Amino acid sequence: MNGSSTMQTVLKPDVRVCLSEILREARVTEALEQLDRDLVGLAPVKTRLREIAAFLAVEKARSGFGMVSGAPSLHMSFTGNPGTGKTTVAQRIAEILHRLGFVRKGHLISVTRDDLVGQYIGHTAPKTKEVLKRAMGGVLFIDEAYYLYRPENERDYGQEAIEILLQVMENQRDDLVVILAGYKERMDTFFRSNPGFSSRIAHHIDFPDYGAEELELIAEGMLERMQYHFDAAAAGAFHEYIERRQRQPHFANARSIRNALDRARLRQASRLCSMTHPVDAEALSTITEQDIRASRVFFDRSE
Amino acid sequence: MMTNSGARLTQGQFSFLPDLTDQQITAQINYALEHGWAIGVEYTDDPHPRNTYWEMYGNPMFDLKDAAGILKEINECRKAFPRHYIRVTAFDATRGWETPRMSYIVNRPAVEPGFALERQEIDGRAIRYTMRATER
Repeated sequence: MNGSSTMQTVLKPDVRVCLSEILREARVTEALEQLDRDLVGLAPVKTRLREIAAFLAVEKARSGFGMVSGAPSLHMSFTGNPGTGKTTVAQRIAEILHRLGFVRKGHLISVTRDDLVGQYIGHTAPKTKEVLKRAMGGVLFIDEAYYLYRPENERDYGQEAIEILLQVMENQRDDLVVILAGYKERMDTFFRSNPGFSSRIAHHIDFPDYGAEELELIAEGMLERMQYHFDAAAAGAFHEYIERRQRQPHFANARSIRNALDRARLRQASRLCSMTHPVDAEALSTITEQDIRASRVFFDRSE
Repeated sequence: MMTNSGARLTQGQFSFLPDLTDQQITAQINYALEHGWAIGVEYTDDPHPRNTYWEMYGNPMFDLKDAAGILKEINECRKAFPRHYIRVTAFDATRGWETPRMSYIVNRPAVEPGFALERQEIDGRAIRYTMRATER
């Protein structure tokens, strides 16, 4: 599995192995539970990750009995709207794969078209190879992968990067795992025009948008990590904020929530600074209704 | 003119040992990566000990985590220069070191030409000696 040629003792066929033991021993159960705790919602993604982890455990147990099935293809594609947790999940996957021993180092290299494609002839191949070299032993995460393919320009260098990627994805499957990410529709077009990619990718995972309650939970989690909290009125105002914000264009799920909270913190800071009397720890960590209500989301033209 | 019997070039680490296997090279690269050293692949057809500047194959490799990419580079270099000497160096950029910390040969020509000793007669009967890598 690790590409090592050391001889392994093959288990006798009547030996029994405990799969949950394998998962627990590799601390994968732990990683999955942490994922469950840390990430709100994303039920289909979590189910899919459990399936993959189970599959990898079975694969590992099989190799213990000397059954060969070749290195499983682990390349994945993540599709979903912005802010649905694609990068975060990619990081977790890198860790899970590392714990199960399917990648050697478990680091995540996150790149976009700019990191892979060069600006003049002969520039692309070394650039792409450089990135691939860095990603060896870990996971290569290509964000907005569809930008690699520009059909309107037939001499676009993106094609060259795609060919190198495909070659490495096929030949060095046990050296790195490639994850392509992007918006659903554009990724679908991308896969249609590059059938080589979709046939080499075993796992297509779709990230659904968050519901309003999930977004509220996410906001609470974020505030908790930053050691802030809403007062009772602010929680209600934020609920209203989410509902309004979701209807507006360019809503980027969790990312929009994080930005909204950052702006609320700014307003809280300027409110506190404009006060003449001293403030206590409670005041420093409380976001009040007026910090939320000042958002431009509430001054919609529709009103 | 070489002092070891097999007429093998003995420069850098491990050069008195049999050639390293790819697995052993991987282990050595991992050792360098663990220390955060930058790895370079170099080749030459002039293995004279005073020739410290070998040609670099590709760029020096920084920020790598895993040996697989470097091994790939070594194999590409072997394919491009099968009859040259190829070595791997690991450069330590730590202040106070700033020097290669490892250097070992990973490819040798099938027949190693060795060195020739030239004698040049100068003023009177004095002789000046020069050692030179023999042409293949």
